Amino acid sequence: MHELSIAMGIVEAALEEAERRGVQVSAVHLRLGALSGVVKDALLFSYEVACQDTALAGSRLIVEDVPVVVFCAKCEKEQTLPSVQSFACPECAEPTMNILHGKELEVFALEVEDEEVSQ
Amino acid sequence: MSEPRLVEVRRNVLKQNDIIARGLRERFREAGVFVVSLVSSPGSGKTTFLEKTLTDLQPRYRVAALVGDLATENDAVRLARSKAPVKQITTGTLCHLEAAMVESALAEWDLSKLDFLFIENVGNLVCPSSYDLGESLRLVLMSVTEGEDKPLKYPTIFNSADVAVVSKDDLAVAVEFDWEAARKSIESVRPGMKIFRLSAKSGQGMQEYLEFLGRQLAEQRLVART
Repeated sequence: MHELSIAMGIVEAALEEAERRGVQVSAVHLRLGALSGVVKDALLFSYEVACQDTALAGSRLIVEDVPVVVFCAKCEKEQTLPSVQSFACPECAEPTMNILHGKELEVFALEVEDEEVSQ
Repeated sequence: MSEPRLVEVRRNVLKQNDIIARGLRERFREAGVFVVSLVSSPGSGKTTFLEKTLTDLQPRYRVAALVGDLATENDAVRLARSKAPVKQITTGTLCHLEAAMVESALAEWDLSKLDFLFIENVGNLVCPSSYDLGESLRLVLMSVTEGEDKPLKYPTIFNSADVAVVSKDDLAVAVEFDWEAARKSIESVRPGMKIFRLSAKSGQGMQEYLEFLGRQLAEQRLVART
């Protein structure tokens, strides 16, 4: 269970970006690859904990699952794998390790509101 | 209050770890040391396997090991029997090693005095897969007692590894281990992966694996020079 340290990394990255832009974050959009080694449910739970007592408290974590996409040399095109248990082209069954997507663990975007200027 | 809007930031969450790992890899390459990280589930025989590796390599090579463990120093004590320099990294409650821990453990080491450095990760087939440690080679160990479908249950770590070692082969007959099924499941999650079948206890199969390591070291040094 390393999701708490991953969640803390997400919070840290989002806080830095928010501070730099002078904005209030209401949601964090994360791209999570099927090969990232991170369990989504554990991460969502950990995120709440990691947000406590920070400017992100109460914000949401929105996870976009990224499947594994490989390049099949035989079909000469990109193919999305239906499962991480078989690294073979779903069309022609050619084994492949030419992985294009699926390792993502990336804070992709922030849903923000501009901070109110105090009078 | 203004309307919420979406701003793109694109930040890799593990960037800090990756930067440190890149620095380590560069340092290893310059020092001419070949670094192997070991991942496996608890109880797969990682320490016995590593002890045997350290002992058998020593007549020809200068070797050392870093050992990640949750709480005890038992593994480091066992590995010290090989007479190789061994350093323990106690991770506390953390289930994996990170590049920064390796960096700080190696701070005072003269890596140019080594040929091989082994990094034994915490026994865990889930968490270590996300963290690059700057290693030259990631080795995943599974024993014949764990079942042939282990790779299918933990595809991420097997996919992230470069080499698989199937250990405790001396027990294969007793547990009716289906070698062909195991080979298929490894091949399914990591096509083309090099697989060694051996027993650290009897020594059977060790030679081929040690020769492979020797070739890898020679190759890395050749590439570093050009």
